[in-house]
Amino acid sequence: MDPVFLSRLQFAVATMFHFLFVPLTLGLSIIIAYMETKYARTGDTTYLRMTKFWGKLFLINFAVGVVTGITLEFQFGTNWSRYSEYVGDVFGSLLAIEPTMAFFLESTFIGIWVFGWKRLSAKAHAAVMWMVAIAGNFSAVWILTANGFMQHPVGYTIRNGRAEMTDFLALVFNKFALLEIVHMIPSALVLGAFFIMGISAYHLLKKQHVDLFTRSFKIALVIGLVSSLAVAFTGDLHAVHVSEVQPAKLAAMESHWETQTQAPIVLFAIPDEAAGKNAWEFGSIPGILSFMAFHDFNASVKGLADFPEEERPPVLLTFMGFRIMVGLGTLFILLTLVGFMKRNRLMESPGYLKIMMWAIPLPYIAIEMGWMVAEVGRQPWIVYGLMKTSQAASPIAGYQVMISLIAFILVYGLLGAVGFYLMAKKAIQGPEPETVQQ
Amino acid sequence: MELQTTWFILWGLLWAIFFMTDGFDFGVGTLYPFLGKSDIDRRMMINSVGPLWDGNEVWLITAGGVTFAAFPKVYAVMFSTLYAPLLLILFALILRGVAFEFRGQIHSEGWKRIWDACIFIGSAAPALLFGVAFANIFRGIPFDANGLYHGNLLMLLNPYGILGGALFLVLFMLHGANWLAIKTTGDLHDRSVATAGKLWLAVVPLAVLFLVASFFATSLYDNYFKYPALFLVIIVTVAALLGVRYFIAKQYFFRAWFASAVTIVGATFFGIAGLFPTLYPSLNNPGASLTAFNASSSPLTLKIMLTVVLIFLPLVIAYQIWAYNLFKGKLTKHDLEY
Repeated sequence: MDPVFLSRLQFAVATMFHFLFVPLTLGLSIIIAYMETKYARTGDTTYLRMTKFWGKLFLINFAVGVVTGITLEFQFGTNWSRYSEYVGDVFGSLLAIEPTMAFFLESTFIGIWVFGWKRLSAKAHAAVMWMVAIAGNFSAVWILTANGFMQHPVGYTIRNGRAEMTDFLALVFNKFALLEIVHMIPSALVLGAFFIMGISAYHLLKKQHVDLFTRSFKIALVIGLVSSLAVAFTGDLHAVHVSEVQPAKLAAMESHWETQTQAPIVLFAIPDEAAGKNAWEFGSIPGILSFMAFHDFNASVKGLADFPEEERPPVLLTFMGFRIMVGLGTLFILLTLVGFMKRNRLMESPGYLKIMMWAIPLPYIAIEMGWMVAEVGRQPWIVYGLMKTSQAASPIAGYQVMISLIAFILVYGLLGAVGFYLMAKKAIQGPEPETVQQ
Repeated sequence: MELQTTWFILWGLLWAIFFMTDGFDFGVGTLYPFLGKSDIDRRMMINSVGPLWDGNEVWLITAGGVTFAAFPKVYAVMFSTLYAPLLLILFALILRGVAFEFRGQIHSEGWKRIWDACIFIGSAAPALLFGVAFANIFRGIPFDANGLYHGNLLMLLNPYGILGGALFLVLFMLHGANWLAIKTTGDLHDRSVATAGKLWLAVVPLAVLFLVASFFATSLYDNYFKYPALFLVIIVTVAALLGVRYFIAKQYFFRAWFASAVTIVGATFFGIAGLFPTLYPSLNNPGASLTAFNASSSPLTLKIMLTVVLIFLPLVIAYQIWAYNLFKGKLTKHDLEY
């Protein structure tokens, strides 16, 4: 039992599971804060019922997201101690700033929000939700800044046998991290928006709480449209930067083997990693990859064959992940555009509502795929170009990791099942009837 | 003061604050099956910590994060050598966290009983395991210069480790009982006060035993004999523990809780002061021991992090005090609605 492989698997399970909940927390918190502000400003109780209904779903999701995040911070120590020792001087500080600046704020204020309805004025209570939303997103910013260092290390030097920080501001303004942030935050908003639209569609199809869910749908629609455009725009900037600083990842994203000018993209391919070429490909369009990567149809794009075999990322996962993410991202723009045209006759568009209801899982898939591209595509490096994943694991016995991995799968699987079950149940139940709430 | 020394103290302080704040949450959760006779009692107990536990738990995340930032080698070696107990603690904390949220979602007895059990396990297990872990750290952990652990999970359950676990558990239960005495009324209140009295009687012999056993099982007292002023830590801790009894008898429950908070901080610093400058001593290979000087980050990182911490931690403390203040006073039926 290889502790490196098992630790990778465990980290993948833990992060991907954690990330089923985090984006909804990030996106939904902002939208709920907006709804509650509307209530505080207008006194319109429909907004209050909206806030409480979406808030209920938010809290179940939040609970699972928070508890599964704790293990991640500690896993760098438990499973990746060689990594932690080597880059802790740089990476550790970014990870430590996150709770200090953001997570404290989020966790303290979420308690106030949940229990503080009767102790705070409506305006103050809405402000508390803004604190939760801002702090949560700030948390993500710091985590992405830490991840940015792993993707594209800057602001350090090798001294005393480890990476030591030389320039804190270079770390904070790492272009790679900034691009991840501007890509990730709108992605979370897309997910939050589709979550709201999907559940609203369910109730609108049943013709219940029509006013509340029409308003919810419309708020989410505008946010979803703007954010899915932003996601595509920043995604393009991000891909251009990746082609500069992580050429091997870009080549794997496109399953691009031979270095060439006017490099084509293929719509679909089955890479044969052992033979170093595509076993089968379909729909090759010349020049497009050169254009995507360098905004120049004639630019030369380095192929995987020009990287030593031991420095190539797993191609199939990276390639497929990227295809699925981009495809879904395009679909989100289309769906929200159609919705925007139909916004004033939602009730007469049951077909569209049905599609939106079934579209709830799609942003989840897109986001998970995005992270798979980012993290698998970074391999074999744990810190790109600086340290290999194989050198980073703790000197611990494989059986220990095996046991903890099984525990992770069981506990997280159960939590996820219960969490999603409860969310579905509460979503279907719908909001409290109007009479009970003042 | 040198940067490393400052960070050593801050490191100890963060753990102490975590034990002091989440400590009463753990205590309430451990007392939960014993004091929560009815569903109303149990909801009262959950809601007594409901608005605060989440913020309290972040002190753990921060203590962990700061260990990473300021003493990366300690973070790496400590958490990999304590792999099994640490993951057990984390899984327990996961159960506790979701249990608070999930329990009220479905109104069925069986459903509630599952999450009731999770609240108990998720509170008692970390209390106990943190005690076992820290007692073992005071004693030294069997690891070598490569950060390799030479032992197994059962070795942590030596008599001194178990004593540390028992002391932490009972101390947190006392702290939790004091909290319940502040927050509750009626029958639950009376039972909490009576329980606090009984727990105090259990803490005293354990504390005495721990102080004596530390003399034989650890070298913590070396620093105390070198700097006798450090005995003040022990004196304050013992005085605070006596204060708990006095304030319970006088029915000053907030003061009793405050005194148990000071006792916990004191107990943590009893060990931290004895360890200095070592953060993570090796049991059989003193040369491998990790200290504030051989395991710290570079001066630049320490300075930047110190700036961050000195700006933000006072802010955190300020808004957390505001939150405590917002939810002060006895729980009423009103608070059960949420």
